[in-house]
Amino acid sequence: MEKLKMLFGLAVNEAKLTSQRTRLKNQNGFHLCRLSREVYTFVSPSRMSGSLLNMFSKGTKRKFSDGDEELSDESLVGARVASSYSLQRQSLLDMSLIKLQLCHMLVEPNLCRSVLIANTVRQIQEEMTHDGSWHMVTEAFCGTGQSPSERLVATEVLCRSREQDAEPKLFSVISYEGCREEEVVADETLCSVSVSETVSNVCLAGRIGQCWEKSELSDVERDEEALEDSRLGSGEDEEIDTEDGASTEGPKTIGQVFGTFEIKNGSPGPDSALEELFSDVDTSYYDLDTMLTGMQSAPKMGPYDLLDSLAPSHSSPSIVSPPNCRSDLNELDHIMEIIVGS
Amino acid sequence: MWSSCWTYSLNLSSVPGDGDGQSRWCLSQVKGAVDDDVAEADIISAVEFNHSGELLATGDRGGRIVIFQQEQESKNLPQCRAEYNVYSTFQSHEPEFDYLKSLEIEEKINKIRWLPQKNAAHFLLSTNDKTIKLWKISERDKRPEGYNLKEEDGRYRHPSSLTTLRVPVFQPMDLMVEASPRRVYANAHTYHINSISVNSDNETYLSADDLRINLWHLDFTDRSFNIVDIKPANMEELTEVITASEFHPLQCNTFVYGSSKGSVRLCDMRASALCDQHSKLFEEPEDPSTRSFFSEIISSISDVKFSHSGRYMMTRDYLTLKIWDLHMESRPVETYQVHGYLRSKLCSLYENDCIFDKFECCWRGDDSEVMTGSYNNFFRMFNRDAQRDSTLEASWENGSPGCPLKTWRVCTGSRRKRNEIGVDCLDFSRKILYTSWHPQDNIVALATVNNLYIFQEKPN
Repeated sequence: MEKLKMLFGLAVNEAKLTSQRTRLKNQNGFHLCRLSREVYTFVSPSRMSGSLLNMFSKGTKRKFSDGDEELSDESLVGARVASSYSLQRQSLLDMSLIKLQLCHMLVEPNLCRSVLIANTVRQIQEEMTHDGSWHMVTEAFCGTGQSPSERLVATEVLCRSREQDAEPKLFSVISYEGCREEEVVADETLCSVSVSETVSNVCLAGRIGQCWEKSELSDVERDEEALEDSRLGSGEDEEIDTEDGASTEGPKTIGQVFGTFEIKNGSPGPDSALEELFSDVDTSYYDLDTMLTGMQSAPKMGPYDLLDSLAPSHSSPSIVSPPNCRSDLNELDHIMEIIVGS
Repeated sequence: MWSSCWTYSLNLSSVPGDGDGQSRWCLSQVKGAVDDDVAEADIISAVEFNHSGELLATGDRGGRIVIFQQEQESKNLPQCRAEYNVYSTFQSHEPEFDYLKSLEIEEKINKIRWLPQKNAAHFLLSTNDKTIKLWKISERDKRPEGYNLKEEDGRYRHPSSLTTLRVPVFQPMDLMVEASPRRVYANAHTYHINSISVNSDNETYLSADDLRINLWHLDFTDRSFNIVDIKPANMEELTEVITASEFHPLQCNTFVYGSSKGSVRLCDMRASALCDQHSKLFEEPEDPSTRSFFSEIISSISDVKFSHSGRYMMTRDYLTLKIWDLHMESRPVETYQVHGYLRSKLCSLYENDCIFDKFECCWRGDDSEVMTGSYNNFFRMFNRDAQRDSTLEASWENGSPGCPLKTWRVCTGSRRKRNEIGVDCLDFSRKILYTSWHPQDNIVALATVNNLYIFQEKPN
């Protein structure tokens, strides 16, 4: 669909990091996808097929979808069941998240614009947690041509965050499914840094894919609440219902929306799942990532480090006060330039 | 001059109306390069007439200010009274670098406001994102000659070579216009300044950024008072920013500020030192039938202007112009659709960021008409008395000076007539954001991307 085109089109048009951007499209053909101010990740075009996207594209090929999987007819039919409204809404959400991510490197971004976009994202999110469209999307996925193993991985990862979850959930993969980049992006942009709580790896991975599904969002929020302390407690109390995908939740508080999570290393269990998740990601560029993410210490990153870096390590304010985030990025950039001697 | 203008404007029956596609307005001048290749620094970002209308100041993204002066010989001739020539050009703001945040501070001029003239010199305030400057523009047409110790070219004469003494006298010289910065008001704004407004007391002015409004005294640069602060304790809870602010033209204690949520607050500085509590809140309830995800964005106030009388206030949001009676907070007294045909295009406009464009608006000198810009280099005029509106185009190709502009219509389907254009054919890169109306005459100045257009109303 146009979504991915937009994702990268906007990325190319809006960001001023042109030189870095061309450098960062590496030889493997990975495209740079900026998850947040702090994190870039590489998305394999072959992985960007995203059955979801394909379905919603109604058969139109996307620019980057070189190796995408073809879907069966029945899945296309299932896709069309999904209302165009939710498609548009999702597309709007993705667009908004991209806009929030991309900001000019050198000049402070426009605060009014950022606030308006963030409010739009919040609105969409609130609505998505209320309406019943997520069921149709789930059903649509059931008939996808996704390899069972992938689905299982995702489901397994998701399931770990809860006692049991019989319903097939949507995929939580960070970089596998092309469409999910936006969701991860969504996560990042809406996550502030002020709290770093021990959330399990599982929870993170699980929550990423869930984020934009109606009840899953609330599930994740509840998971987060369960694990984090009262920084988000200013929101409503939500009953812990980790299994029911159909429950509707009260409106999310801003705190929950702007909640944060941080992955700690060393969680047992989901290692293999995460390894698999990130096996496609070219780690050789993580050094560059860390430079761009503003991390002061730049060890060679492994898959957990990527997750780690998803929650910025310094307590900079949230998306709506860009200057502080900007500065670290620029400082590191500056330092790297000196080191590299450019 | 006032009464003759009123005659032109109110005597509508004898001038061609919109029915025959002609307006009363004609192009007077176009300033700036006419080629398509526009340097970023030349893009105009501020347009403002002074209080007499004799001077017209423009600011650009390169931090320069160009002041035009009404041609003195022809300003009394009705046909060519809107002739403006360059009077002074100077660099107001330079690009800066904030070392603490490692960010550039753009030199782009955001706003220009003239001070009422008190003596022979002219004063204006200009601001970029962070710093406001007070500029004095003065003329020099005489210079002292006949010094005893100095030659005419400036070399010093040896005292021993003096045999007589003379008194230096002023001799006429070619007119020189000098602009000198008299005050620099810096370091008072964390966020980007979007408005400045001179108070009617002629001593103070306000500057507004996204979250705060500061009150300055013109004479003091080292202090300013914060009068509005909407920054939340937790920045994550930020959902609303200040977008525009203005002092009341007559009451020196009253000012308004518009927000990104579509509300305008009127504050009285007598009530408290920090005017976070508004005295009046002007907000129109949202129409649920038109609600969409873009509702908030398009309701964001891009400009707020008091009428000259001080009784009304005009707000511009993305699609409409609203006139408010200051006595009634619940809803505007008049609402004008600027480009309602864009309502179905909001998603595309959101995608290309056009939905965040901030259009200015302005009142005619007698408050009977208002004007604002649109896309495709169109601008819209709304006659409040006659309840008529017209769409005109700022284009140097289509109008010869003196020739009345034709009015346009934007249609949603295919175009049927000559002066129609389809919505899908509009050029969203050509937009008129900055406009100013001569305070006493029917001359308007507006800026397209890099050109300044001056239109005048045909005299009867």
